[in-house]
Amino acid sequence: MVKLPIYMDNHATTPVDPRVIEAMLPYFTEKFGNAASRNHSFGWEAEEAVDRARNQIAALIGAKSKEIIITSGATESDNLAIKGVVEFYKDKGNHVITCVTEHKAVLDSCRALERTGKATVTYLPVDKYGMVDPDDLRNAITDKTVLITIMYANNEVGTIHPIAEIGRIAKEKGIVFHCDAVQAVGKVPVNVDRDGIDLLSLSAHKIYGPKGVGAIYVRSKGPRVRLTPQMDGGGHERGMRSGTLNVTGIVGLGKACEIAGAEMEEENRRLLDLRNKLQAGIFERLDEVYLNGHPTARLPGNLNVSFAYVEGESLLMGISDIAVSSGSACTSATLEPSYVIRALGVDEELAHSSIRFGVGRFNTGDEVDFVTDRVTREVKRLREMSPLYEMAREGIDLKTVQWKSE
Amino acid sequence: MAYSEKVIEHYTNPRNVGSFAKGEDNVGTGIVGAPECGDVMKLQLKINPANGVIEDAKFKTFGCGSAIASSSYVTELVKGKHVDEAMAIKNTAIVQELNLPPVKIHCSVLAEDAIKAAITDWRKHQEPAVESADAVPARTAQEG
Repeated sequence: MVKLPIYMDNHATTPVDPRVIEAMLPYFTEKFGNAASRNHSFGWEAEEAVDRARNQIAALIGAKSKEIIITSGATESDNLAIKGVVEFYKDKGNHVITCVTEHKAVLDSCRALERTGKATVTYLPVDKYGMVDPDDLRNAITDKTVLITIMYANNEVGTIHPIAEIGRIAKEKGIVFHCDAVQAVGKVPVNVDRDGIDLLSLSAHKIYGPKGVGAIYVRSKGPRVRLTPQMDGGGHERGMRSGTLNVTGIVGLGKACEIAGAEMEEENRRLLDLRNKLQAGIFERLDEVYLNGHPTARLPGNLNVSFAYVEGESLLMGISDIAVSSGSACTSATLEPSYVIRALGVDEELAHSSIRFGVGRFNTGDEVDFVTDRVTREVKRLREMSPLYEMAREGIDLKTVQWKSE
Repeated sequence: MAYSEKVIEHYTNPRNVGSFAKGEDNVGTGIVGAPECGDVMKLQLKINPANGVIEDAKFKTFGCGSAIASSSYVTELVKGKHVDEAMAIKNTAIVQELNLPPVKIHCSVLAEDAIKAAITDWRKHQEPAVESADAVPARTAQEG
């Protein structure tokens, strides 16, 4: 039998891999030095550990180790990339291009620039699968454009954007390309040269590393990308991000990258099998279930589906021994359903009915079977309780109904 | 968000789920909310035309756990009550009983609206003479 509760929300965060913890432990105790201490062995030991980690991180994305700047996580990396580029290149232009389904760390950084009058921002739409059209990008570029920021893979629907093509367009036009690759790094092969990425955000806790540490890749050659620092202080990280290095976290991030790189191929095959099994099981047993996101260009562990006539939060409540997440408004404070699902053109009702499953390294086939059973049983129970399901069964077109709401 | 025990209890064992048979007499139906808002409640009340007492109630709800619990509780609450009494039920009674947090107050408002909508629907189908037969002094809607 499976052990409850089951964690299947690996886009939100992941448990730390025991091998990562093991690598980190000595740096809490006997190897506790400050990596910036240049004159004793404690400092040297810490610095060596950071250097090793920087190599491990760089290797996973095809970068050079000196191009890796350590941060507190991807939100900080996104802020540094977007605000740092706009401030540094302000004499060149003030236009930023991003996409409507980006993470809030990107969208809110852009909004902050708009609010303070530092930039104008174009938000590219996505197609029904959540993908950006490279032609839309081309058309949005002006002679004032200094930054394109598009995520590698979406955190809700898992759709993978045509990144290499976006990178080519950016290069052609001589525009800096930042990519929030939090969900993609360690999950699918990412290579900054092949993909034409100039700045890349990544995070440890999405790849079985610790929370509170991440990195930003900053291209050093062809072209050399410059940033205005957003954190002033002792000039750590080549002046781009001051602050004493979180050595234990960095060691963990490095080890997590090393493991992800070594095991990606095998792990992807396994995750894809599990994800497909989950998808097939749900679609076989239930009618009126809709896939959100791209059918093929999608993260291997991602499954986002809408269960028509069932509200997402009530479904989560019914499967409380399974940790997944919902695009339902009721799970947020705003009472608006997921802006990502909405951007795909999905009806609001179906957006309220969406559930995101994130299959990860530590999930098993038995867990997938259990989740399939529990979810299908609960959806059937809730549909029996749903006036919408009843009306649809009676042949009433819900779109023609005049709803009385406040 | 943690749910109160009573919400979980109603969600797990909802009372009076279902619909009355089509064309059944003396049934008032209220459907409130909208799918795009994530909440739709259908409340049906079977009301004795002779004395205006709610004899049975059934519900179906599309919505979060608190919306389901609110409508389930309401079906229990109204049974045996005179329509005028039921019209006077306030959402705060539902909030109190189920310990709803502030973000879920709209669920209780919807449940209150559903009672009013169902009774209004029933009244529409009654002969005016029958409704006021028991000579209860007329109450205004605002009072409820």
